[in-house]
Amino acid sequence: MLASLLRILALTRKELLAVLKEKRSRVSLFAPPIVQCLLFGYAATYDISYVPYAVIDRDHSAASREFLARLDGSGVFERIAEPARIDDLKTAIDTRKVLVAIIIDGDFERRLSLGEPAAVQVIADSRNSNTAGTASRYVNEIVAGFGETWAAGHGARPRPVRSEVHAWYNPNFESRWQFIPGMIATLTMLQTLLLTSMSVAREREQGTFDQLLVTPFRPLEIMAGKAIPPILIGIVQATLVMLVGRFWFNVPFSGSVMTLYTGLGLFLLASIGIGLLVSSLVSTMQQAMLFTFVLLMPFVLLSGLTTPIANMPYALQQLTFGNPLRYAVEIVQRIFLEGVGLDRLLPDLWPLAVMGVLSLAAASWLFRHRFE
Amino acid sequence: MIAGGADKTAAPPKVVSIRGVGKTFRRGGARIRALDNVSLDADAGSLVALVGPDGAGKTTLLRMIAGLVSIDTGSVAVLGFDAARDPQSIQSRIGYMPQRFGLYEDLSVQENMDLYADLNGVTAAERRERYPRLMEMTDLGRFLDRPAGKLSGGMKQKLGLACTLVRPPRLLLLDEPTVGVDPLSRRELWEIILHLVRDDKLTAIVSTAALDEAERCDRALLMHLGKVLSEGSPEAIAGRAEGRVFLADPGPDEPARRLQSRLLDDDAVLDAVPEGGQVHLVMRQGCGPAAVGLSPEPALPRFEDGFMTLLHEAGAGGHAAGGAMTLARPPEKGADDVAIEVSDLVKTFGDFVAVDHVSFRVRRGEIFGLLGPNGAGKTTTFRMLCGLLAASGGTLRVAGEDLRVAGASARQKVGYVAQKFALYSQLSVRENLDFYASAYGLSGRARRDRIEWAMTQFELTELARVVSGQLPGGFKQRLSMAAALMHGPEILFLDEPTSGADPLARREFWRRITALSDQGVTVIVTTHFMEEAEYCDHAVIQDAGRILAKGTPAEIRARARAQPGGRPTMEDAFIAIVEEARARPHEKPVDKSGVRGGPS
Repeated sequence: MLASLLRILALTRKELLAVLKEKRSRVSLFAPPIVQCLLFGYAATYDISYVPYAVIDRDHSAASREFLARLDGSGVFERIAEPARIDDLKTAIDTRKVLVAIIIDGDFERRLSLGEPAAVQVIADSRNSNTAGTASRYVNEIVAGFGETWAAGHGARPRPVRSEVHAWYNPNFESRWQFIPGMIATLTMLQTLLLTSMSVAREREQGTFDQLLVTPFRPLEIMAGKAIPPILIGIVQATLVMLVGRFWFNVPFSGSVMTLYTGLGLFLLASIGIGLLVSSLVSTMQQAMLFTFVLLMPFVLLSGLTTPIANMPYALQQLTFGNPLRYAVEIVQRIFLEGVGLDRLLPDLWPLAVMGVLSLAAASWLFRHRFE
Repeated sequence: MIAGGADKTAAPPKVVSIRGVGKTFRRGGARIRALDNVSLDADAGSLVALVGPDGAGKTTLLRMIAGLVSIDTGSVAVLGFDAARDPQSIQSRIGYMPQRFGLYEDLSVQENMDLYADLNGVTAAERRERYPRLMEMTDLGRFLDRPAGKLSGGMKQKLGLACTLVRPPRLLLLDEPTVGVDPLSRRELWEIILHLVRDDKLTAIVSTAALDEAERCDRALLMHLGKVLSEGSPEAIAGRAEGRVFLADPGPDEPARRLQSRLLDDDAVLDAVPEGGQVHLVMRQGCGPAAVGLSPEPALPRFEDGFMTLLHEAGAGGHAAGGAMTLARPPEKGADDVAIEVSDLVKTFGDFVAVDHVSFRVRRGEIFGLLGPNGAGKTTTFRMLCGLLAASGGTLRVAGEDLRVAGASARQKVGYVAQKFALYSQLSVRENLDFYASAYGLSGRARRDRIEWAMTQFELTELARVVSGQLPGGFKQRLSMAAALMHGPEILFLDEPTSGADPLARREFWRRITALSDQGVTVIVTTHFMEEAEYCDHAVIQDAGRILAKGTPAEIRARARAQPGGRPTMEDAFIAIVEEARARPHEKPVDKSGVRGGPS
């Protein structure tokens, strides 16, 4: 037993030495997650901070001016043009000068005064449905706000029903809050999967694996010695990404650190198991690299990080249950924003444990039996 | 005509004329003097050999002639062009085959040829005229559709040569063309080279570490550490050992290698190798054979003797090269006299039979040789013995157990040195030894002691912190052996340990093996250098998966055809045995195709 532990320790030490000895490979392990996190933090956001718009105001009334002033004062909308004709409005959208065009009819103030419904026509450039949707949502909010203030100021009857939205966990709907915790899982998986899928493949390619197999190492010991270093490295990488999210992007952390690391540990186990499985199946590093990239894309797409799983077709939704990243994204997001404890995360934790155990067992069997 | 030596009138009197060239490389902080005042002339239609141990500067000189290396001092003129100023003109007229020729392993033989024809701008008409000749010469015509990666080592080299010759060159440069090539293919390659030079009047410069090859050339340039030691005809170089070469008989029941090892320890002896059951020795200047207390018969000096003499005079080689060693803990005498027993061993990969009903037995403490050409199934047999591969049939016992199914403790009894360097090249010497010591369960003080022992015995102490991937070839092998011996195994497996090693490194290696065997370690070794079988107690010859001959070196040698003028060598015996077996296809379908069907 002691001999076994010493051997595992020796292999762990050798693996860490092999990846951490050279400065170049040290940098290549820890710089990319930070850079990618910064990149994603800024680039991958659905929030819009600037909407150029054009308007045709046929009413030229106090009411229409007040409405437009509200729009301009929002800090998001900027009036780019006030064309006279509809055609010019069209051109402005076609040439992407404006994202939104607004038309206010000539009887806007009159209808408001009479307490009749007044319409503001909003045309959005939906070539990008995401931004168009968000921009129109903003316009709607401003229209609703304007309507209420106007009614209150002019003694008109307020609308009978109005919605009052309270966004829990993310009061300002900041997509970054949802994204960055997801990135912790995704970036860690990307790195560890690459690292582990290469590890046995590299040894096979360079012939060192045979040398290892003729020593008294047992398959399980090799498996442990190969799995521990990437888990340690993965934990460090995840911590780096987490620190960037917490202190650079100011994403609030409401859960417990222990819970987070428990979840990450199980996730790394599953992810490294898959990496080692790939590594024990392929015979060259090139194959390992290709294999990993083929796997990564579906893992990310089916994780719910970028698009809600509930929106996917039924068959794909079922597939996501085999994706460790799906559980990890959920776990990290919930710990960050919701602050849940381990008890509530159980449905997400046990599949990771099962995946980890199965893939690691398969990998360690394959170490010795691949060519049969 | 294969060579393009037709325009004789335009040819300058000397095809290559090198005057006092020097070249220094910078590696890290160190300056390496690769070439130091080297001069060489090659007449049209002559065959010149560049001979020397690793690091002699042979490759640098060839690359300089090809205009691929800048010249620090001196001048190089090739076919009348200055290599420094006009390398393009040279490159378009010569053929250069580097040590690792750039064959595309996934492309077929034909596609590789077409690729090189395209690169050299050979027209379709020229190809129609040229391909059949190249095919006839190399005997590759039957394998046009085969991917280059599936060819045997010898066939790959022939294909490389054919690709080098697609455009008729006026000068052929070959860098160690026979490294890793078995004796049969080696003989065929040399027939091609000699045909090109003798019949087609091509000029060729060949670098080689195999000294018998240099004997077949017109002139030899003997190099060591960038300097020229001697230049002249092979006979003249052999003549340097005139009167100092003898053949000594070992005592009854004494293996020749033990006498050889003893002789090497004697200051009066410059060089000794076992040969044909005797020991071929070269005495030092002024020392008679009486000095070693034997009455050996005088023998004719060979090129190799002259080479060793010159190297010795230059202060290198001889038996100063080391290799003697003592084990810290010799293996205990087991109750069982048999170390390895193999019966009816079979391994198939699909339809391909890599190992075909092989049986042999290795006694404790003996040196056992597994000889055969590339693809004979030696490595496959080895991998099964080491438990790296499951047998398809038959039984095998190593130290009483089948390593494939035995517990981890059984692997403690064996050491394994793979064919190519298989330690961690990014780790230092010390880190590698540390890891393998721990892998074999050594810890604390015992580990430190064993590592200390290994570094002293293999003269690695000064290199402890060097990254092992940057070690020179010979030191890599020492490190591999050190790692395999650290736990004091009973049985040592060595797969092609001397492939690509120079004569000095090979002598040193065999001295270590002899010392290990004397101290009770069982050594099983594969090789395709047939003369190395002389070091073995018993050997088997394997070809196409089958065992063709087994016995002591003397018994195997006895199967050779009688050679005119001299005793048959092990290589003669080997070629006779393999050719005889291949000529009897009715007995068993023998794969003559030269295919490497599986990992061999």
